[in-house]
Amino acid sequence: MSEQPILRVESVSKRFGGVHALENVSMDLFPGEVLALAGDNGAGKSTLIKVISGVHHPDEGKIWYNGAEVTFENPQKAREQGIETIYQDLALADNLDVGANVFLGREPMKRVFGLPVLDRKKMRNEAAEAIRVLDIRIRRFDLPLRSMSGGQRQAVAIGRAIHWKAKVLIMDEPTAALGVPEQRKVIALIKSLKQSGVGVIFISHNLIDIFAVSDRIVVLRRGKKVGEAATQATNSDEIVRWMVGG
Amino acid sequence: MSSQPPIANGKPQTVTPIEEEASERTTWAGSFRAWAASMRAWIFLIFLLVGFEIWSQLVYHSTFLFNPFNASSIAVAAIAPLLLGLGQTFVVISGGIDLSVAFTMGMAAVVFSEILNWTTGVLWDPVALLVAAVAALLASMIPGVINGLLIAKLRIPPFIGTLGMYGVARGTAYLLSSTTVPISNPLVNSIGNGSVPLFSLGKGAQWSIPIVVLITIVLTAGMMFLLSQSRFGRHVYAIGGSRQASLRAGINVSRNTVALYVLSALTAGIGGILYTAQFRAGAPQAGEQLLLDSIAAVVIGGASLFGGSGTIMGTVIGALIIAVIEYGLVFVNVQPFWQFVAVGVVIIISVLVDQTQKHLSGGRTDE
Repeated sequence: MSEQPILRVESVSKRFGGVHALENVSMDLFPGEVLALAGDNGAGKSTLIKVISGVHHPDEGKIWYNGAEVTFENPQKAREQGIETIYQDLALADNLDVGANVFLGREPMKRVFGLPVLDRKKMRNEAAEAIRVLDIRIRRFDLPLRSMSGGQRQAVAIGRAIHWKAKVLIMDEPTAALGVPEQRKVIALIKSLKQSGVGVIFISHNLIDIFAVSDRIVVLRRGKKVGEAATQATNSDEIVRWMVGG
Repeated sequence: MSSQPPIANGKPQTVTPIEEEASERTTWAGSFRAWAASMRAWIFLIFLLVGFEIWSQLVYHSTFLFNPFNASSIAVAAIAPLLLGLGQTFVVISGGIDLSVAFTMGMAAVVFSEILNWTTGVLWDPVALLVAAVAALLASMIPGVINGLLIAKLRIPPFIGTLGMYGVARGTAYLLSSTTVPISNPLVNSIGNGSVPLFSLGKGAQWSIPIVVLITIVLTAGMMFLLSQSRFGRHVYAIGGSRQASLRAGINVSRNTVALYVLSALTAGIGGILYTAQFRAGAPQAGEQLLLDSIAAVVIGGASLFGGSGTIMGTVIGALIIAVIEYGLVFVNVQPFWQFVAVGVVIIISVLVDQTQKHLSGGRTDE
């Protein structure tokens, strides 16, 4: 782990009307690190990742990315800079194949007899390349995603982030909708992602997943950061105490 | 906390290497079902043609299909459902529907014939044709733009937005002309009824291809290219598959939606122009039965009304099936009103088959 954080959240506050969704929250994320964000419903986890990914703008505080202060007008701008968010529903087009999904909205074109046409071969090959590092096998890249398993679909979503050179990957409850074997695959995916130097922010309700994959845990409660610890140095009892404020 | 893997609390788990999963749907049986789904319309078309051929051989002792007059009549009958079906295919793949096309076509037909009558004799024939055609296409774009804006910006359900526009376009078409408008531009007449000779087989049977059919083939090829090879086409599939995913991927869903309904209106406008050329008259009710026919062509061709799948080739086959049913029923001397019954039944069966097949196959969905 290098010393320079890839992402720094500095004293960020966000209010919606009278509600303090976030109050003076600070945290760092380092390259190759998995940071788990824990907290009960309404603790501010979603607001925090939306502030980072450009959906919301902080009322106070700063976001530093790659050593510079940044303000993202919208999620598209954040994504262009390498902050990619994978939502629980994955945001995939199930009727299209792997290549189409990895390149959705940014399709490469080639010319055939002077006419611009979709470069399907390039999409397929580069998508296969991106997914190969994830150590998950997809046998046929020309089938629509609806014929694939939850783990494979998650791999496509992550593969998309890798292909577009994400430096920070935010994953919102990636294991929530999956069965147990699929959950373990996603945990494995995150581990291989970590090896490629991406900083991962991992949101989960599931403490077992959090302990299985994270390097550090940040706990939020009612918009405030109430605890932070290296995963090795804490246990689930302490995290639960922070979460519920006992 | 939901269901959890049975491992010690608080301890990092060792992760087993990921194994390939043999998803049930990627098996050979699944591939076969997907193939059968894509072939469904072809099989039905062949079945119909064989049926009419046998009937014709038994009753008239002559061929049905290998008669150039029948073949070219079927091709001509397929033009209108196909043209309106082309735009409809894009709309249906995006998860929408365009109910306004029939009277957009009628409106275009009336505008085309009225303007052609003003300009014929005043302008050189090709220029008169061009002016009238451009005016008709511009007129047909108006309901398309309004449909698109209602659906994209105000989030009105396509069914309701275009149903409203069906009424508006219908009224407008009749307000522009309550009766049929005959035209007398010689160039338009020769385009509408001329044909290009292909070859002749013995006994003087001359095979030729009507110019209106040729125009339709060229347009169809263009639409096929647009849907299967362009970014726009790809985004149409993506929007139909998941609007949310498309938005998050940075696709301009609103702009694409407006473009879709304009495209649909334009193909209806072209339909109106070709109708006028063929029948030497424009009429507000030119496209009346084509609301059913255009949707039928798309759905029979394998597009899903739930969005996300469909092909232009499918719609071509769908339009041919409708044309064969309509022409064939006349050919076997059945009351013409049975056409509507037959097309209606076929559309319902197609959707039923699509629904059942959806659960069974993860077949190819883009061209």
